[in-house]
Amino acid sequence: MNTALISRNDLLLFLGFTIAVLAMPIWLQPFGAAYPDLMQRFAIYGIFALGFNILFGLTGYLSFGHAAFFGVGSYAAVWSFKLLTMDAVPALVFAVVIAGLFALVIGYVSLRRSGIYFSILTLAFAQMSYNLAYSVLTPITNGETGLQLTLADPRHLDRMMGVTGGSPTLFGQPLFGYAGFYFCAGLLIVAFFIAQRITGSPFGMMLKAIKSNQTRMHYTGFNTRPYALAAFVISGMYAGLAGAMLAITDPLAGAERMQWTASGEVVLMTILGGVGTLVGPVLGAWIIKYFENIFSAFNEGILHRTFAFLPDGVEDVVVTVTSKFVGEGWHLTLGLVFVLIVVFLPGGIMEGVRRLFNWARRPASVGRASPRTQPAE
Amino acid sequence: MTDNVVLHVADVHKNFAGLHALSDIDLSVEEGQTHAIIGPNGAGKSTLLNVIVGRLAPSRGAVIFDGMVLTGRKPYEINQIGIARVFQTPEIFPDLTVLHNVMIPALSKRDGPFRLNMMRTLDSETAIRQEAEDILADVGLHERRTTHAGALSRGDKRRMELAMCLIQKPRLLLLDEPTAGMSRHDTNTTIELLKKIKSRGMTKVIIEHDMHVVFSLADRISVLAGGRIIAEGLPDAVRGDPRVREAYLGGAH
Repeated sequence: MNTALISRNDLLLFLGFTIAVLAMPIWLQPFGAAYPDLMQRFAIYGIFALGFNILFGLTGYLSFGHAAFFGVGSYAAVWSFKLLTMDAVPALVFAVVIAGLFALVIGYVSLRRSGIYFSILTLAFAQMSYNLAYSVLTPITNGETGLQLTLADPRHLDRMMGVTGGSPTLFGQPLFGYAGFYFCAGLLIVAFFIAQRITGSPFGMMLKAIKSNQTRMHYTGFNTRPYALAAFVISGMYAGLAGAMLAITDPLAGAERMQWTASGEVVLMTILGGVGTLVGPVLGAWIIKYFENIFSAFNEGILHRTFAFLPDGVEDVVVTVTSKFVGEGWHLTLGLVFVLIVVFLPGGIMEGVRRLFNWARRPASVGRASPRTQPAE
Repeated sequence: MTDNVVLHVADVHKNFAGLHALSDIDLSVEEGQTHAIIGPNGAGKSTLLNVIVGRLAPSRGAVIFDGMVLTGRKPYEINQIGIARVFQTPEIFPDLTVLHNVMIPALSKRDGPFRLNMMRTLDSETAIRQEAEDILADVGLHERRTTHAGALSRGDKRRMELAMCLIQKPRLLLLDEPTAGMSRHDTNTTIELLKKIKSRGMTKVIIEHDMHVVFSLADRISVLAGGRIIAEGLPDAVRGDPRVREAYLGGAH
């Protein structure tokens, strides 16, 4: 028995997740989302949300500034391309380390407070980073133009190895199209595995206990601050990784990635999918990115084709009404979905899945173990 | 007092904005003994416990445990020294299972105040788990180990909190009304359990309203009224003390 490595439930969940991610080009086909650019984004924001959930979902600290780490990761990756090499590995390592250090400093200060004060502190730090990127830090961030690759970049390592070429590679393999997607998918699977290990470890249990009752933790002999700080840094590193991946798929970094709306987006993803669950935040990220990229592209032409089966007069009315919810209006639909979820399913989509699962199971087999999100003991 | 005093509360005062919650408190608890603190509501009993565990800093005086000054230390440091506390309103982890609630203090005892233990799974901590299951069997909660602690009855929460303290094998156990909200039957079970611990030599300070519990367990009793200790001694002596009768009859009761 290999219980020290991974439990059976966890292994099944991991395998299921891996298959779902690798098979994305197949099952996303009917949704019109099976093109590499978008699937890369699914993987990238999946990692971002997965890491955010380690802080918010497990430890209970709501950060409103995680986009700062995402942006720092992007800048670090582009600098690695400019100074060292177009290979993706040093860029990823560099970005994760820098984002981790950045998170260490911000987390150390912000975690002196909890609740709303913590959230406000993280928001303040992120907005500060955003504004600095536009002003004082222009030599590093290239201000409004954004940090880009140029022909004059030194790329010392590439020059030494005699490598030329202006786009990101992985050991010489260019990361275009499906290669880029499978690169991102691989990282998402690794990130999921690590998050799963953290959740199931004694350390993860301490994080959940901090969320549940911090007072009891103190009287049980735990110094909770280093635990929360470790969670903060880990989630900052996840954000840095995601930011670097976005820079790898498109070697450009701009300050708008650090804006508070970007920080808010990852909060929405996590809540939409299910706070504290492993799969939920990833699902939330996919849904929001789907809305942003596909739903927003629907226009009246598509709607007319969709509702062509209706009588002409009715069709026009239906199209006029629904057109307000698609295209430019996609935010409206997303907002409504979000409100409905929070009101009726506070546990997010995963709670909906669990309820369906229980409802489907109850008549057939009474007393069976509950589904995976609450592993039976 | 004899020289095997393990807890010494020395000349402690506590003022809250001019209110004297505690005055001239001098208390010595001997190793292995059960020391009960009784007194009417508002006498300062819980304040005294809060001073001992580091939740409140005394305005004057100090608390000394086994030669170490506790005053000024953080609650988690005081727990690591070997002092555990059961609260008047149970402080538990409501979102976690009963088993995990009890495993967490055991991990604190083994790993100290902080350890980045990410490489193992919780399921592989079989020794800790076995320990937790044994303690849960002791307090009669073994069948409920997979329940979320928030769903337990108030009495069960108290027993689980007691189990959370006992698994740490503390040198000093502080109990703030451990049987409040329990049925007579559960109270008696808890008394038996606490007697069993006593035979293992654990020192206890207990605050209790229920005189049945106090006289079943206490080796010594201190009576607190108006923030002062008005009487102290063996149970029989305290029971007959006229000042004690007056404090109770003339007080809120």
